[in-house]
Amino acid sequence: MKIGFTLNGKNTFIDVDAARRVIDVLREDLEMTGTKEGCGTGECGACTILVNSESRLACLMVAAQLEGAEVTTIEGIERDGRLHPLQKAFVEHGAIQCGFCTPGMVMASIDLLSRNPEPTQAEIREGISGNLCRCTGYQKIVEAVAAAAAAKEKDGLP
Amino acid sequence: MKEPENGEIERAGYDIGKTAHRADAYAKVTGREKYAADYYDGEFLWAGVKRAGVPHAALTGIHAEDARALPGVIAVLTHHDIPGENRIGIIRKNQPVLADTRIRHSGEAVALVLAENRETLKDALNRITLDYEALPGVFSVEEALKETSPRIHEDNPEGNVVKAVAVETGDSAKAFNECDAVVEGVFEVPAQEHAYLETESGWAYQGEDGTYVIVASTQTPFRDCFEIAPVLGIDPAGIRVIAPYLGGAFGGKDGITVQCLLALAVLHSRGRPVKMWWDREESFLAGVKRLSAKMHYRLGAKNDGEFHALECRLYYDGGAYSPLGGEIMTLGAEHAGCAYRIPNVSIKGWCVYTNNPVGGPFRGFGVPQVTAAMEQMVDMAAQRLGIDPLAIRLKNAVRKGDRNCLGVTLTNSTGAVECLEKMSSHPLWKGRAAWKEEAGPFKVRGVGVACMAHAMGYPPMVADEARAKIELTVEGKIRVYAGVVDMGQGNASTYAQIAGYVLGQDASAMELVLPDTARTLPSGSSSASRTTYTYGNALIEAARSLEKAIIKAACERVPGSVAEGFLFLPGKVRHTPTGRELLLEELAAFMDDSARVTTGYFKMPVVREKLDAIYMGPHLIFSYGAHLVYVEVDELTGQVDVARYLAVTDAGRVINPQVFAQQIEGAVAQGMGYALTEDFKVRKGRIVTRDLSTYIIPTSMDIPAIDSVPVEIDEETGPFGLKGAGEIGMSGPLPAIANAVSDACGTRVFRAPMTGEAVYGALIRKKEEGTVL
Repeated sequence: MKIGFTLNGKNTFIDVDAARRVIDVLREDLEMTGTKEGCGTGECGACTILVNSESRLACLMVAAQLEGAEVTTIEGIERDGRLHPLQKAFVEHGAIQCGFCTPGMVMASIDLLSRNPEPTQAEIREGISGNLCRCTGYQKIVEAVAAAAAAKEKDGLP
Repeated sequence: MKEPENGEIERAGYDIGKTAHRADAYAKVTGREKYAADYYDGEFLWAGVKRAGVPHAALTGIHAEDARALPGVIAVLTHHDIPGENRIGIIRKNQPVLADTRIRHSGEAVALVLAENRETLKDALNRITLDYEALPGVFSVEEALKETSPRIHEDNPEGNVVKAVAVETGDSAKAFNECDAVVEGVFEVPAQEHAYLETESGWAYQGEDGTYVIVASTQTPFRDCFEIAPVLGIDPAGIRVIAPYLGGAFGGKDGITVQCLLALAVLHSRGRPVKMWWDREESFLAGVKRLSAKMHYRLGAKNDGEFHALECRLYYDGGAYSPLGGEIMTLGAEHAGCAYRIPNVSIKGWCVYTNNPVGGPFRGFGVPQVTAAMEQMVDMAAQRLGIDPLAIRLKNAVRKGDRNCLGVTLTNSTGAVECLEKMSSHPLWKGRAAWKEEAGPFKVRGVGVACMAHAMGYPPMVADEARAKIELTVEGKIRVYAGVVDMGQGNASTYAQIAGYVLGQDASAMELVLPDTARTLPSGSSSASRTTYTYGNALIEAARSLEKAIIKAACERVPGSVAEGFLFLPGKVRHTPTGRELLLEELAAFMDDSARVTTGYFKMPVVREKLDAIYMGPHLIFSYGAHLVYVEVDELTGQVDVARYLAVTDAGRVINPQVFAQQIEGAVAQGMGYALTEDFKVRKGRIVTRDLSTYIIPTSMDIPAIDSVPVEIDEETGPFGLKGAGEIGMSGPLPAIANAVSDACGTRVFRAPMTGEAVYGALIRKKEEGTVL
């Protein structure tokens, strides 16, 4: 099946089985391995991407669902070589250890802040609760999201 | 280890004791970092494993014809296709790479398939059928130890015992009669699944020189070569293992997962690279687990609270193979008395084979199990004697110069008391009574503490050593060849910080080469709270040698200069008397290639007494911790909520406060999961919790704010005074929470995890029996 969509701002056309998982399209077909797979069954959130500006799990979507969609992955959130404020906050606040949950966690946080620009700590914890992290105990991730929300320079980024 | 000799001069680069952002953070947060699971280059093949699906059977036939006939299937391999030895194992070489005559656990690998794509691979695996005769299984330590039970390894002279150890100091039988109070308890802790986000994965190919190259998510690249080579029937020099950053491991990738299978696959891949990546269910089924344990404890004390006698009987379930199970249980036995001085001790431990999933290392090795038991015993003794739980710990905690339960003199930094004292002055300790009183309707609140010790490094029988290598590149960068894997804990980054500090460089001047058996030097596993201690010491030596070499080159460039006149600055050295600056790049060009590379070696010190106190010998250096937790229990459901957590840690001096806090917070979170929700359930050898919706690890909603406070006592043998911090935080949460639940409910749950159901059951029993334990 021929599918056309926008990936990180670029028009993208692929010809794949309509039922191919989006995670495989991204990682294997398009060699964009920033999006991670941690379970394949929608339980861990590591494959979180933005589809039409809302968070979605790439392991639970099939290629056909991409037709006409605007897709953003971790590779698409820097601007002019500058980190997205959430990426910057994750680095500065020590929110990254093994880093395998990080791309999904950042994408879920972008989605959270777009819906709720000034979340409380409890709202942050709830907002990222679909994303599992086994290394950090979440505290530094919560601090990073709070810091990014507090930072003024949001640059109108996604 | 002392400060570098030129420690007094001003430095502009990395510092010790100050947070530096992790060197790996940028590549990870942008998705650029390439993990072992991220290789998809060229015309590669997928490899996958047919697993037994039965826990104990005689394997009589493997039918792979249908799978082989499937278009897109390149090969189906069985034990017949193994050119070398079909047995691996770190201590006990008894685990087949592919089962031949016997199946010992349901995740046993039986056949290996190579296919063009993942869909074909799955199809082919489903088409393989097995002929087997089911054998009666052994699923508990009690069954394993029965004379009449089936033997899982027929050639094991010890029956189903992997390893048994005994520690006797003083005269415990006599000493119990001298005690004013004796408490007893039987504790059970479950198997625990690592649940790293990156499941077992790897990529392999044959290099142009014939070397088999395996890029794997492994904690042990150097040891892996010696496991893989005999399977192929070749010399270990023909194997190269590369370990990129790991997507979590926590002990679960200490040893062979995909490596041997990938190497075998490459023999049949027709020159194409091969990828293997276990899915979550396969990871749960075939990956190692923390050993479940059953522990019988007796603790005797005098009226004033002084511990006088301890008796423990420890039973660890090693599962079907248990590559390090005997050693895991042994470390548990060594720590059975935790951080206390007890003169009369009788500790016996057994690790047994069962037909349960393979047991293996998990952060803390065998120590979280015994700490869970001992720290509850301490509270039970305190309660019996009417002594405050912190006071009884302070009274008995080991101090420098004391002998521990094995009779070993603690000659190095020993901060158990300092941790407890720091806790006693913390607002969370002081404010505990007021917080408890504020419980709402149908809620009860409790506060619990635990005190821990964790040995650093390998036992004396295994040299704990590292070989560091560092280079001034022709581009003028300082390149550190990290010999120990970074599985997420940030040690590679700390290596850059250490070398950068010694050489006055900042992050921009540093480069890291991750473990690669062809490029970095053998430095042991990423485990045992040793990664920064052992390698860091070796690296300081290497960096100082390089410093001397660079200064020598600089002296040659500045006529009449002496070595003391040079100051290292990021990217350059300055001759302070003349103000002349020389770029490192410039100096590199004038240095021999051999002079630009230096190495350092370090071997961890070991005990000089009581070497025969326990199998493999006792440890010398320990990290310590004291934890405090606030819990609220819902009386209507038994649900336990953790409200606040304090972790005080003696892991020596802290090199990078942020990385240190990461280790403590992460370990505490895993410990909370172990305490409250994580129950790796196996019924008759078949796994019940097969995914992350049934095996529940903590989410961001389950972990409270964690206060991490270091007690920075200088460990004179450590790099800049450091001791290991990776594991010490893991052992505290279970007993601290158990003690808090007991404080809240007036009854104790002797089995973990303390799920709502378990706590509710205990509340009901207490009501019915009217007893207080």
